Amino acid sequence: MTAQGWLQIAIYLAVLTALTPLLGAYMARVYRGERVLLTPVLGPLEGVTYRLLRVNPHVQQDWKAYARTTLVFSALFFVVLYVILRTQGIHPFNPEGFHSGSWDVSFNTASSFISNTNWQYYGGETTLSYFSQMAGLSVQNFVSAAVGMAVLVAVIRGFASHGLAELGNFWQDLTRTLLYILLPLSFVAALVLVSQGVIQTLSGSVAYQTVQGFDQTLALGPAASQIAIKQLGTNGGGFFNVNSAFPFENATAFSNFVELLFILLIPAALTATFGRMVGNRRQGWALYAAMAVMLVATIALAYGAEQNGSPAQKDAEVATASADGTTGGNLEGKEQRFGIANSALWTAATTGASNGSVNSALDSYTGAGGAVPLVNMMTGEVIFGGVGSGLYGMLLFVLLAVFIAGLMVGRTPEYLGKKIEAREVKLTLIGTLYTALAVLATTALAIATKWGAPSIFNSGPQGFSETLYAYTSQGNNNGSAFAGYSGFVQPNAPGNVGAFGITFADLLGGVTMLFARFVPMFAALAVAGSLATKRVAPPGAGTFRTDTPTFVFLLIFVIVIVAALTFFPALLLGPIVQALTDQLF
Amino acid sequence: MRRDLTNSILAIVVFTLVLGLAYPLLTTGVAQVLWPNKADGSQVERDGKVVGSRLIGQQFRGPRYFHSRPSATDYRANVTLFNNLGPNSRKLSDLFKKTLAAYLRRERPFNPGLRAADVPPDAVQTTASGVDPHISQANARIQARRVAEERGLPPGRVLQLVDDNTDFRALGVLGEPGVNVLELNLAVDRAAP
Repeated sequence: MTAQGWLQIAIYLAVLTALTPLLGAYMARVYRGERVLLTPVLGPLEGVTYRLLRVNPHVQQDWKAYARTTLVFSALFFVVLYVILRTQGIHPFNPEGFHSGSWDVSFNTASSFISNTNWQYYGGETTLSYFSQMAGLSVQNFVSAAVGMAVLVAVIRGFASHGLAELGNFWQDLTRTLLYILLPLSFVAALVLVSQGVIQTLSGSVAYQTVQGFDQTLALGPAASQIAIKQLGTNGGGFFNVNSAFPFENATAFSNFVELLFILLIPAALTATFGRMVGNRRQGWALYAAMAVMLVATIALAYGAEQNGSPAQKDAEVATASADGTTGGNLEGKEQRFGIANSALWTAATTGASNGSVNSALDSYTGAGGAVPLVNMMTGEVIFGGVGSGLYGMLLFVLLAVFIAGLMVGRTPEYLGKKIEAREVKLTLIGTLYTALAVLATTALAIATKWGAPSIFNSGPQGFSETLYAYTSQGNNNGSAFAGYSGFVQPNAPGNVGAFGITFADLLGGVTMLFARFVPMFAALAVAGSLATKRVAPPGAGTFRTDTPTFVFLLIFVIVIVAALTFFPALLLGPIVQALTDQLF
Repeated sequence: MRRDLTNSILAIVVFTLVLGLAYPLLTTGVAQVLWPNKADGSQVERDGKVVGSRLIGQQFRGPRYFHSRPSATDYRANVTLFNNLGPNSRKLSDLFKKTLAAYLRRERPFNPGLRAADVPPDAVQTTASGVDPHISQANARIQARRVAEERGLPPGRVLQLVDDNTDFRALGVLGEPGVNVLELNLAVDRAAP
């Protein structure tokens, strides 16, 4: 590890922390319906949108109505996306003439984008038309993110409510998220990325002969507009198969910084929005602190492990030392312009958040380095997590921590002045434990049966790690991958050849993603609905405070314990074995 | 429920038009006006013909050129994939050994006493994109001696060209410096055709 590398990591965290209260305050104003800088332009558009959608934004919904609207909207959109992917062959903006997707891959991809996972069982530049990328995937990048944020805002209202059961109006929260937050930020981000060399064009691919006369073809497309929202909305699905490692998707060290910042920007800022909406900013900072501490720990582990180099590298006597003019370390599957520090930082950030975009090949990380993204996801995606979903997931862990603290001191647990009782604790346990159990069950199914075998690429413990990673990632709506694991077979030829699905992996993964999205979401909404009608007790001398370092420590402790108890045996079989041995398999 | 259905169908139509067509098309329009070359992939021409993109690495062979980092995809820019071999993979180690030996064979005659420990890892390990446009400065300095001798250029001149075609850290601090291999080779071709 170098001082230069740590300096870059420190700058990143400083900028993120500085922007958190600014954007957080802005979003709180937006969700309260207060006037913001963009109101003169966007206010009328907001009104037009309500008229077009034929909604009355003043109708208040309780948690059940809110959940029902969310579900109906998501289910219909799922069908539309599936149909787009299946009928791609007849659409415009398809200069390469790609075929329509097969049913199993399309099911997986539609599940993947509806659930804000963006798991890629497809090769963007080899199977998807520009129309599918724009009208299908880009739209879902926005909408699935906005749904997560809308639900979070409803959940926060439940926590902050003084006895009213209503949590807000889904259409109003959704429209405001899209108009005031995601669209303006994406537009600016897309242009910044183009200024760095990220492509944005409707032209088809360009073929030419290189300087020495070899054939090369540039796949092009409207990438920047999609990458901007892919990062901002914790989506992560690449325009290209190798995602943000590809120069046309992430051209320079500066574009890398911008994309990295946008991975965590909204999830981090939402903690400040939370603090403002519950009327105590320290509560927001406490959650931010817990998330940041866990993130920094995982950055350090990934950076150290990758700088140290891999056993394969040492066996082949490939240098690992950093020296003048080289970063050293494990550069297999990493780009020179990012080096070790920015690759490790990205990997920790993208899996802390449920983003899942990558700028390096995770399958080639060392045992300990590869354990970092796995462990980050296994915490249930609450280290910042997905936009919206990360924070409502975190709030469930907060209730769990408060409950455990209450048991230890023998008092009725309270959070923000509201008593946490049997119903809330039951729902909290469903929300926090469901994903963990689903990950273990699906991984076991894929490992123990012969159906999982065709997807595995590496031999030895790495093959197990790939499987565990695939279901951990899909089971937590992350979307990053040990990319050797595959759900489709791509014939080894460019252009118009289509791809064949591996049905088992596509279906199991698709179902896993959908449940991972909606079970915790509805559990959080139900908790919020239950808390909303409770009366707020003023804090007394015996109140256990939740805005202190003690509570931050307790919260981290609970999250780590739950993840460790669930996953330690599985981690032993894969990454830990590899981290402890120099043996080759 | 019926209300939800109506609202949802209308929302899907409106959002698809705004987010799926208006937004990307507007972004494309603005991008094409402000940065047409970059928006189209930073294509590089020589004698009026496209020979590459400054952002996309390409294959160079033979003694007269700087070589790009090893690629798992034969430097294809339209079918991208990772190498994906794990950290404890024997296959990966064998691949490294082969590449390292070839590098040493090629460069040692011009760098007497060059050892494996002197070869930076970017020269041996495959990239993530398959088309990394850069090599490390240390890698370029080793290759500079060969290119200088083969082209009959003074070593200092070639090292100067290496420096001229290095993309340094953004804002002086972000990322790692990398030597742009395509631009460097074009510059070398101009200096000693």
